Amino acid sequence: MLITCPYCGPRDVIEFTYQGDGNRERPDPASQNFEAWNAYVYDRLNPAGDHNEIWQHSGGCRAHLRVVRNTLTHEISSVAFVRGDHASAARRKAEDKA
Amino acid sequence: MMAEYSAFSLLANALKGNKDWKPAWRKPDPKASYDVIIIGGGGHGLATAYYLAKEHGITNVAVLEKGWLGSGNVGRNTTAVRSNYLLPANTRFYEHSMKLWEGLSHELNYNVMFSQRGCLNLAHTPAQFDDYARRGNAMRHLGVDAELMTPAQIKRLIPALDISSDARFPVVGGLMQRRAGTARHDAVAWGYARGADRRGVDIIENCEVTGFLRDGDRVIGVTTSRGDIRARKVAVAVAGSTGRVMRLAGVETMPIESHVLQAFVTESLKPFIDTVVTFGMGHFYMSQSDKGGLVYGGDIDGYNSYAQRGNLPIVDEVMSEMLALFPGLARVRMLRSWGGVCDMSMDGSPIITTGPLPGMYLNCGWCYGGFKATPASGWTFAWTIAKDEPHDFNAPFTLDRFHRGLVIDDKGQGANPRLH
Repeated sequence: MLITCPYCGPRDVIEFTYQGDGNRERPDPASQNFEAWNAYVYDRLNPAGDHNEIWQHSGGCRAHLRVVRNTLTHEISSVAFVRGDHASAARRKAEDKA
Repeated sequence: MMAEYSAFSLLANALKGNKDWKPAWRKPDPKASYDVIIIGGGGHGLATAYYLAKEHGITNVAVLEKGWLGSGNVGRNTTAVRSNYLLPANTRFYEHSMKLWEGLSHELNYNVMFSQRGCLNLAHTPAQFDDYARRGNAMRHLGVDAELMTPAQIKRLIPALDISSDARFPVVGGLMQRRAGTARHDAVAWGYARGADRRGVDIIENCEVTGFLRDGDRVIGVTTSRGDIRARKVAVAVAGSTGRVMRLAGVETMPIESHVLQAFVTESLKPFIDTVVTFGMGHFYMSQSDKGGLVYGGDIDGYNSYAQRGNLPIVDEVMSEMLALFPGLARVRMLRSWGGVCDMSMDGSPIITTGPLPGMYLNCGWCYGGFKATPASGWTFAWTIAKDEPHDFNAPFTLDRFHRGLVIDDKGQGANPRLH
C-alpha cells in the first residue's frame, strides 16, 4: 500500500501511523453531553467501501493526513492535509478570543 | 442417538465399498418461516444452532450462510484454544469454553482433534514476568490451571527456542497453561453442522441476507438472495461483517471496527514444537500442525479492512519475530499466507446479547480470539436466544457496556481497536 503524501510524494505505508476513523467529531471539551462523548469514543461507522481516515506521516514530514481509502480494495482515492480544516479552525477560534 | 461415526460403522461401510455414507449435512431449500434464523454459517452460528437444538429443544431453525459453510474465520484462524485471561468475566467465559472443548469430540461424535499441548507465553523482562505471575494467580483464583516456568524448564520443553542471554530479547521465564492447545478448525465447523443438521436444523448455504423484514421496530425476518424468510427470532453471528449486516437493519454505528488479520503456514517439518508458544516482546504465536507445517501469525494489519488479505509490512514483522525466537527457522519456506476479517471491539471483549432491536440477537466483537470461544459462544448465545436473557457467563458482554462505563478491557488499551 502506497500513500501519496501531499508534501513528500508516494511513500510506503510503513512510514505512516494509522490514527483511525476520521468521521468522528470531537465534542467541545467543555461539553457535558455524555451521550455525545460516548459516541465519539466508542461508536464507529466501519463502512465496507470508502472510509475517511486519519494517518500521520510519522516516518516522514510528520503531517497529519486526511485519507479516503476503500476498505474492500485498499485503494486510496484522496489524501489531503488535516491542517486546513481542524488546525486552522482551532487557530481562528483562539484568535477570535484574543 | 446412535453414534454415526464409530469403528463399527467405519468397518461396515468399508466392507460395502464406502457407498452408503450420508452427507454430513443436507442441502435444504429455505422454508417460508422458522422459529429462529441464525445469520452466519461459521463456527459460532453453527454452534449456536447445535446448542439451540440440543439444550433447548428448538429445532425449527435455519442457519443462513452467504458463501459455503465455514468459509470465513472458522477456517482461517491459527487454531489455538486457551483460557488464560486476567479479568474474571473473560476467565469464566473462556474456561467454560475450555471445558466444552475437553468433551467436544465425544459430544459431537466428530474428531475435532483437540490436543491439549499447552500454551506458553514468554516473558522477556522481569516486569513482564511479574505481570504473568499476577495473571497466573488471577487464573488460579478462578480454578484455571496456570504455572510459571523458568528458562531452563522452557528450554527442555522447546529445545529449538533461543534462550541465550545474547538473544535479541532474552527469555526470563514464561506462563504456561497446560490445558490449552489446538483443534482442527474445519472439523469444528463440520461437527457442529452435522450435529445441528441431524437434529433438524436447516443449514442453507449460498444464501446472502440482503435486508431485514420489519414490523415497526421489531425484526420479523430477513430478505435473502433465495427469497424472504420470516422468523420469530433473528440472530446475527457474522464476525467481521457485523457492521455491514447491522447497517441493513438500520443500525448505523457499532462499537466495532473490521480489521484484517493474516496467518501463515510453512512447509511440513519433522516434529519441531509440541506446544503453542507466544512471543512477549511483540505479537507472535506459533504451533505445529499434525501435518507438520508451522502455523503462525502476529498482529492485525492495523487499519480498517474488509479485504481478507493484508499487506507486506506485517508479513515482514511476523517473520522477524519468528526468527528472533527461532533463528534455526531462517531457511524454512513459507507455504501459504491468508487473511481474515476480524470484528475488533472497543475493549477487546465480545458482545453476546439480546437486541439491539426487538426480535434480534447479536453475537460479535470477537477480535482475533473467536475460535477458542466457539463452543461457549454458541452455548451462551443459544441460551440467550431461547430464554430472552443472558446466562451468567455472557451477562457482562452487553452492547451498552461501552456507554455505561462497564468495559472489559483485558489488555488495558482503551477504545483503540487496533491495539487489542
